[in-house]
Amino acid sequence: MSEPILSLRGLHTDIAQYHILQGVDLEVPRGQVTMLLGRNGVGKTTTLKSIMGQWSAKSGQILYDGQDITRLPVSARARAGIGFVPEDMGIFRDLTVEENMVLGCTTGPLDPARKDWLLSAFPALGTFWHSEAGNLSGGQKQMLSIARAMVEERKLYLIDEPTKGLAPAIVSTMAQALRELKAQGASILLVEQNFSVARALGDSAAVMDDGRVIWTGEMAELAANKDLQERLMGLSMETH
Amino acid sequence: MTLAPDHKPTFANLSLTDRLGKAMPVILVPILIVLGFVAIGAPSSWLTLTVSGLAMGMMIFIMASGLTLVFGLMDVINFGHGAFISVGAFVGVSVLIALGDWTGAASLLLNMAAILLAVVAAMAVTGALGWGFERVIVKPVYGAHLKQILVTVGGLIVIEQLIYVIWGPDEIFINRPEMLKGAVTFAGAAMEKYRLLAVGIGLVLFIAMRMVLRRTKIGLIVRAGVENGPMVEALGYRLRIVFVGVFIAGSALAGLGGVMWGLYQEVITAGMGEEMMVLVFIVAIIGGLGSVEGAFIGALLVGLLQNYVAFLEPKLALVSNIALMTTILMWRPQGMLPVVKAK
Ligand SMILES: Nc1ncnc2c1ncn2[C@@H]1O[C@H](COP(=O)(O)OP(=O)(O)OP(=O)(O)O)[C@@H](O)[C@H]1O
Ligand SMILES: [Mg+2]
Repeated sequence: MSEPILSLRGLHTDIAQYHILQGVDLEVPRGQVTMLLGRNGVGKTTTLKSIMGQWSAKSGQILYDGQDITRLPVSARARAGIGFVPEDMGIFRDLTVEENMVLGCTTGPLDPARKDWLLSAFPALGTFWHSEAGNLSGGQKQMLSIARAMVEERKLYLIDEPTKGLAPAIVSTMAQALRELKAQGASILLVEQNFSVARALGDSAAVMDDGRVIWTGEMAELAANKDLQERLMGLSMETH
Repeated sequence: MTLAPDHKPTFANLSLTDRLGKAMPVILVPILIVLGFVAIGAPSSWLTLTVSGLAMGMMIFIMASGLTLVFGLMDVINFGHGAFISVGAFVGVSVLIALGDWTGAASLLLNMAAILLAVVAAMAVTGALGWGFERVIVKPVYGAHLKQILVTVGGLIVIEQLIYVIWGPDEIFINRPEMLKGAVTFAGAAMEKYRLLAVGIGLVLFIAMRMVLRRTKIGLIVRAGVENGPMVEALGYRLRIVFVGVFIAGSALAGLGGVMWGLYQEVITAGMGEEMMVLVFIVAIIGGLGSVEGAFIGALLVGLLQNYVAFLEPKLALVSNIALMTTILMWRPQGMLPVVKAK
């Protein structure tokens, strides 16, 4: 198998005086969906932000596409092909849906084919295309955040809880969009609390606890083993 | 399955207060003008004062626009901004004095050419000065407000002293170019030509700035950066470069404002920029820090109010703008058009 698109080696990140990531080791294989799982507050978001550079790693290494990006500025990492959907969505509320999407295009104008694809996946965005994004509902903002990250092809997507607070019907739309993204060959590191989404989308999984990755393996293996889930995450994911 | 809601929602069913909420600041300017009319009574005086208030407002807006964006983008409080106003005025006025033949000629073309050259020179010098100021003084203190206040005030003092060194300690008097002297009379009201020109320049600049902010990619990046800088970076844009560009443009605009203000007052001093900063800060704050539209409205309110009150009750002129600021901040603590910051 080819080398992974992303590997973290012994990543340590401090936030203020707190030692949050305490040696994260993680690999994201190319063209796969890797689930990053774990209880609340174990450091999933911090891991994504460290990969993106929003928190700078104190020590350890971030290897992306054959390059050490540990010390690169945030914008350089993005331009190297990492797309980021933050937990808080990072929507520009004063800008219209269209303007948000245009800002997602860093290499050129909005590609019409890409736009059509995203609007068929998320028709609500078309309905509100010229409205201020701040007026969208929470779920619509979530769609916009994802669509904005997908509007240009990226090699690796870091997506933090895209289905948080979404109605079940929309969750499956979101999952479908992520599946299509993967079918285009993208690699995805996905933080997801919704177990059915995680099981349906995930190829492999990494479970975190206390600022470390404590288990990695096939998603199917984790999904099939309730005892393992209980041990790793304190509860069986089925109960969600 | 489709996500488009069946009921085709629109935003038309917002309550009246919600809709007025956004439009209210814009309506304040005509309201103030009408109130001025009622209070002053005499239409010709009112018209003269209104033009004069709008002219003053436009000039303050030009000086404040850069300051508000600089704060919005990088949270930088720049007290040194006033220095660019003074430097712009001195450079511009020097050019005008050197071009005395052109400004003294009874030719509007030559007069305007002289002003144009003065403005270009002032903006070039203050833009370059802004670039240096950002690198040397502002960049080391990103994110530390107290230090920003201290070092930018320091920078202001140094630049003011440099003006004394270069241009001497005295104020410089300047005559307006020949064709811009005097007033035109309309409906019995005398309106100084220069003030009409200032209103025109201010309007054109505001519209141009709005176009850039709304219609260009750079403008989008600036507006997005004011709201959520880290996300702009995460999309792949180098916010720092955008910020430096805005800082340079804002400094150049302050320089332009300095030339215009100098010609308005017909006298310039090294301290003029520092004096203007009180009004400039009031305008940026009541407009909502980071909002160019807010600064525009705020500047017009300040200019109009100052002129009306100076006519009606001269003793109150000084406190009128403080009162305006207090009132607006009680109504909207974040300013009239607050920029909602991502935490
Ligand atoms: N800005 C911050 N300042 C201080 N501590 C923080 C900050 N952000 C996160 N933390 C702490 O870091 C730890 C990890 O947080 P993180 O957001 O990475 O968890 P998470 O796994 O994403 O949790 P969740 O599932 O709730 O989103 C938590 O203990 C949190 O309190
Ligand atoms: Mg999280």
